[in-house]
Amino acid sequence: MSTIVLPQDAQGHAAPHHDDRSFVRKYIFSTDHKIIGIQFLFMSLFFLLVGGILAMAMRWQLAWPSDPNVPLPGGGMLPETMVTNGIMLPEFYNSLVTMHGTIMVFFAIMPLLVGVWANYLIPLQIGAEDMAFPRLNMASFWTAVPAGLIMMSSFFVVGGAANAGWTGYAPLSVNEVYSGVKLGQQLWALSLITLGFSSLMGSVNYITTIVNMRAPGMTYMRMPLSTWALFITSILILLAIPVLTGALILMFFDQTLGTTFYQPQDGGQPLLWQHLFWFFGHPEVYILILPAMGFVSDILSNGARKPIFGYTAMVLAIAGIAFLGWVVWGHHMFMSGMNPMLGSTFMVTTMLIAVPSAIKTFNWLGTLYRANIRFHVPMLHALAFVSMFVIGGLSGIFLANTPVDIPLHDTYFVVAHIHYVLFGGSLFAIFGAITYWFPKMFGRMMNKPLGYVHFALTFVFFNLTFFPMHMLGSGGHMRRLYDPTQYPNLAEMQDTNVFITISALLLFGTQFIFLVNFFWSLFKGEKAPSNPWEANSLEWAAPSPPPHGNWDGVLPTVHRGPYEYASPETEADYLPQTVALRAPARTHEPIGD
Amino acid sequence: MDEFWRLPDTISTFGADIDRLFHAIVIITGIVFVLVEVTLVVFLVKYRHREGRRSEYSHGNTKLEIGWTSATALIVLILGMVSWGLWQRIKNPAFFPEPGLQLEITAKQFEWNVKYPGADGQLDTDDDFTVRNQLHVPANVPVQIRLQAEDVIHSFFVPELRLKQDAVPGMEIPMWFEATTAGNYVVGCAELCGLGHYRMRGSMTVHEPADFESWQQSRIAAATNGAGPATDAAPAAPQGTSVAAAAATHAH
Repeated sequence: MSTIVLPQDAQGHAAPHHDDRSFVRKYIFSTDHKIIGIQFLFMSLFFLLVGGILAMAMRWQLAWPSDPNVPLPGGGMLPETMVTNGIMLPEFYNSLVTMHGTIMVFFAIMPLLVGVWANYLIPLQIGAEDMAFPRLNMASFWTAVPAGLIMMSSFFVVGGAANAGWTGYAPLSVNEVYSGVKLGQQLWALSLITLGFSSLMGSVNYITTIVNMRAPGMTYMRMPLSTWALFITSILILLAIPVLTGALILMFFDQTLGTTFYQPQDGGQPLLWQHLFWFFGHPEVYILILPAMGFVSDILSNGARKPIFGYTAMVLAIAGIAFLGWVVWGHHMFMSGMNPMLGSTFMVTTMLIAVPSAIKTFNWLGTLYRANIRFHVPMLHALAFVSMFVIGGLSGIFLANTPVDIPLHDTYFVVAHIHYVLFGGSLFAIFGAITYWFPKMFGRMMNKPLGYVHFALTFVFFNLTFFPMHMLGSGGHMRRLYDPTQYPNLAEMQDTNVFITISALLLFGTQFIFLVNFFWSLFKGEKAPSNPWEANSLEWAAPSPPPHGNWDGVLPTVHRGPYEYASPETEADYLPQTVALRAPARTHEPIGD
Repeated sequence: MDEFWRLPDTISTFGADIDRLFHAIVIITGIVFVLVEVTLVVFLVKYRHREGRRSEYSHGNTKLEIGWTSATALIVLILGMVSWGLWQRIKNPAFFPEPGLQLEITAKQFEWNVKYPGADGQLDTDDDFTVRNQLHVPANVPVQIRLQAEDVIHSFFVPELRLKQDAVPGMEIPMWFEATTAGNYVVGCAELCGLGHYRMRGSMTVHEPADFESWQQSRIAAATNGAGPATDAAPAAPQGTSVAAAAATHAH
């Protein structure tokens, strides 16, 4: 998809001798993991923008429900079936809610964390020339694209896009008599089935590459936490996605073949969909946070100029979160009518999963203790992750507690929780990761002042938008309401909805600073050296950007772990993994770079 | 604290227990929140880069890690343990109190149909009568409700009762509550159920026991005198009800 001309890196490394690929093979149907990662980057940033626009339309309706004095901007461009006289119809609102969640989870955050960074970073961080299966990798991207096209096309079909929530509960999602949407729901299922195959192809590649293609000296316990997180996330994808795919296929059968897997007649059960969806869905949310935690560890250690505190515990915590993530899915179903005994057992497991997350948080704090902190832009985003993820995690404790979940389930308290972890957590980590690895990807630095301004405004507006949602929720405000003022108890809180909407609009507007920064820097950014952040992991030993094959035919040798900042073995405050010291020197300068 | 969280006053017996747990979690998470965020800010200030500074070269402290891991595990396990019993009492039919009144509610797009037992006090007999969108119960009496759904999943939700239960087609789900204070309250739907999800609003009236008797008598009389099942339209909630008028009907 991208037609970016990769600039020469600062060292002026020429293209390696064997690269006589055509333009199409280099940039469109490329098997190079770096190009594929960049392709995923452009695709997912596009969907992030789309998801954001949908959210703005939702927030407009929530602040000024069906108010003819405040018509929906751009509403005139939409068909009468969606918006009439500037007022959105309830069916369109339900579609917006559904598609915002679906697009953000599956087409923005998941590919931004995995499709982009697993592809881009893994071979570089472990010292490989490319993935184990480069053509499968290409197929993975080019399967995600049609999945996205199918999802977007559903807006334009008769009946409009899916409107049964991103969670697609049956029977609403399988019977157009109840939802008013037929083709849109079918396309929703087909799109996600297709995307699932893309994810599976990717995960097979990432796991195989990490297990088999680490460079000499790169033991498992010398891998950066980004790689560890992506490794474990890939295992989650491999095991969870097939469950979703199976569930979606059954859904498609209910929608088109007259089966009743998820409907009460003829032996079906609506709860079956929920169990299948959430058995996938809970590991999915850890898929959406674990890579972010990995990036934060790398960036935090780099900004603090100090080794990560408790590396082994950090690895075990990632594994612990991933493992426990399989036995907590029922906490999404506390109110579902399933056996109350399940409610109790799922509460215990869900409470327990707070423990590895706490370990990671304390270890990040430990990394900052007695450090020497440089506040570069990626570091600020990593710090935002830590502080905001804590809030998201703590709000989860309320929801994990079954009796307290009774008033809070399906209210804005849940919306607050998910956005604190997905935006406050994952998206800040993504902004940090993009800024951090941009020089490696494109050979140029992103603009610093714009980076600081974007960070500061995003942090402020993010909190103003989402913190009040906790109180809306505990006040009784349900989710997915086209017009909350129909309830007198909710109408009293309408001021808060207006406040949230205005903050959200400002938050959305701020993202254009990032967009401008990103595109301007691609062409005009300051040329980047190979290691602008003075970091240790292997990707910084390659040129910016690395050539096809990454290492010019000579694989790096790894001598130590990735977090040797402030090492007594060298005067510099960093010590890259590839550097061979004259043993056992204490005062020599590191050789190379 | 309740004002900050906008918790409406609870009017149910187990609602008070839920609130106690909610408050406990606010305090525990509040302390953790303050400790963590303050520590973070202090570290950012104290350990910022300055000329000539170098980080302490440390890879961690296993004893400390074991310490804070155990403390966290203990806190969450204790929280789980103290909540176990309350959940069972609210949701497990084996622990429901003896009901003074039994009703059936059928949720459908987009209304709540409440079936009352009628003069014989028994559900599923000929003298049952159904009222649309109006739930009437006596105060200080355990009320048990059989919750059903006709079409899609809905969710019965009354914030003041601290009660929520999904209504699932094909399932009969028992729930119970005991209301302590007379008044009018809003019943909402808490599960996306289609186009009219936002207006699936019912009302719950908690009567003093004597008032409940007279209400029941008048409904039974209407049922035997009127033609067919007595249904009652919900108090009409026209589109664009003004906030002021809406607030006026919300009784505490």
